[in-house]
Amino acid sequence: MVPLSHFLILSAALFIAGTIGVLTRRNALIVFMSIELMLNGVALSFLAFSRFLGSLDGHVFVFMVITVAAAEAAVGLAIIIAIFRLKGTINIDEINLMKG
Amino acid sequence: METMLFYFFAFVAVATALLVITRRNPIHSALWLVLCFFSLAAVYVLLSAHFIAIIQIMVYVGAIMVLVLFVIMLLNLSEKELGDAKPTVLKFCGVILSGIFMVLLADGVKVLAPQAAVSVDEKFGTAEMLGRLLFTDYLLPFEIASLLLLTAMIGAVVLAKKRR
Amino acid sequence: MQFAIQWLVDKFSFLSPISILLLISLMFIVGTVVLLLAMLYEGLGTYALRKIGGDIQVRIGPNRVGPVGLLQFLADGVKLFLKEDIVPTVVDKKLFILAPFITFAASCAAFVALSYSDRLVISNLNIGLFYLLAISSLVVIGVIMAGWASNSKWSLLGGMRAAAQIVSYEIPIGLSLLSVILITQSLNMGEIIRSQSGGWGILNWHIFHNPFVFISFFIYFTAALAEVNQTPFDLPETESELVAGYFTEYSGMRFGFFFMAEWGEIFIVSAIAVTLFLGGWQLPIINNLDIHIYLKNLLQLGVFLGKTFLLIYLMLWIRWTLPRLRVDQIMYMCWKVLLPFAFFNIIGTGLWLLIFKGKGIPELVIQLFS
Repeated sequence: MVPLSHFLILSAALFIAGTIGVLTRRNALIVFMSIELMLNGVALSFLAFSRFLGSLDGHVFVFMVITVAAAEAAVGLAIIIAIFRLKGTINIDEINLMKG
Repeated sequence: METMLFYFFAFVAVATALLVITRRNPIHSALWLVLCFFSLAAVYVLLSAHFIAIIQIMVYVGAIMVLVLFVIMLLNLSEKELGDAKPTVLKFCGVILSGIFMVLLADGVKVLAPQAAVSVDEKFGTAEMLGRLLFTDYLLPFEIASLLLLTAMIGAVVLAKKRR
Repeated sequence: MQFAIQWLVDKFSFLSPISILLLISLMFIVGTVVLLLAMLYEGLGTYALRKIGGDIQVRIGPNRVGPVGLLQFLADGVKLFLKEDIVPTVVDKKLFILAPFITFAASCAAFVALSYSDRLVISNLNIGLFYLLAISSLVVIGVIMAGWASNSKWSLLGGMRAAAQIVSYEIPIGLSLLSVILITQSLNMGEIIRSQSGGWGILNWHIFHNPFVFISFFIYFTAALAEVNQTPFDLPETESELVAGYFTEYSGMRFGFFFMAEWGEIFIVSAIAVTLFLGGWQLPIINNLDIHIYLKNLLQLGVFLGKTFLLIYLMLWIRWTLPRLRVDQIMYMCWKVLLPFAFFNIIGTGLWLLIFKGKGIPELVIQLFS
């Protein structure tokens, strides 16, 4: 069995990759995908802990994370479409006003 | 065998994650992300989380990523609208800080005492066991999650609808 | 299959590179055999499609190559292989080349989880049905890739339609299958089939268990037609408005791969319907036969394939009979007709199981008279 720390480092690497994406990219869709990456990194560490402690509670958390991700995808993409209709761009640097 | 598979899929996951955040074209990013989710699902199977692995493929790849691809095609952005300017100092700082964060996290992991995995029975991570847990100890969160999905559905319809 | 691999691994564990080589070569051999079988099935399927079409439209259909045109598929295959492989200059090259293979691989991966007979199970997954649903939803990724990469209006429209349609119709499919899962309480394909055996023969099949499951079968079949892009739901690849939809720009063997993927998917959805509703590889006569186990398994395989091909025939029949729906009609059908009925069926099946303590109609009738 692979040691726990390797799973955690993989999870951290994915999380950091997501963070870098959020910090450096200006395309709202790619920022959205980076957030999904971060969520997955966290889910992986939940599952790893769950396996190494022998309890299923971590799986429930991941289940909830995936549910939230699905809800987030629906609403987030709807927001992106609405913004694109309003402003004609999805560059998040140009979307800096509360009012259209 | 298992170790080898883990390192293979871990490598694929990290490499594709990096490709996701560096590709200019969002379609390419999305497709690399699909591959990333796939290799993660494989890692989940190695953690004997079979049900979650299938859920991962079904929800992330089958629904969320298809939705993302659909939106990308719907917007059909031109080269100008892609909206990623040249790298700036701020972005550079972001990468550096994230790198430091990564080092800190890895350092934190190092402190963990090496722990042998508990041996789990065959049923660990099956739909049956997870369902039992979801409908007993975690019933309230489960119901709230269903409410959340309903709210999201209504919200998405309202948001994406054309104003009259 | 699993045993063979396990045996190989055990046997050669002391020389790991050789075992890996063996594994890889075994994979290649199995893959080639599967590919050839898939091609044979696809070819005969195309032949059947054209013959049935001819029959329904009162014409003869292919009759030139071989006896009654039976070798037509060989000629078609040779034609596909020999055709020039065109990659238009403005396409997104990598995605364009990759898309057919992803679609084909996804549709092939689903065959692993089916239960073909009592013993003939390639991989006995305890979440087999769930795996099938997840894997068959992957096909759409390849379709979207093809639609986008082709860089043409027809393809893009076809790809978008495919995305919207397949994602929507997955929901009624999943929900209508849930009412069977409520009865069997298992996601393992083998166990689902075994739960349909018993003294009442055909009446033990889940489709006759209660009225809600009966409706579920038709919801599933309708949604499955849409999932595999068959007429009347073939919006992503309409010949008369979108040329060929997402594979307009494809030619030669790449087109062939899309075609094979489609036939593979048709087989998979029919096989799922047979497994869950129509008793899988069981037929009352064969169940009671006292013959050698291998022969019995062979017969069961025949029964399974026969039932599946009957359903495929039904699909082709519908394909040649009904006109195509409009895009908005398809979405209306999914969200406002199939989905509410599917929910109704789940609640109904749940109540039925609660009230009658898990007994189906046949058992109840027998109880009434005894």
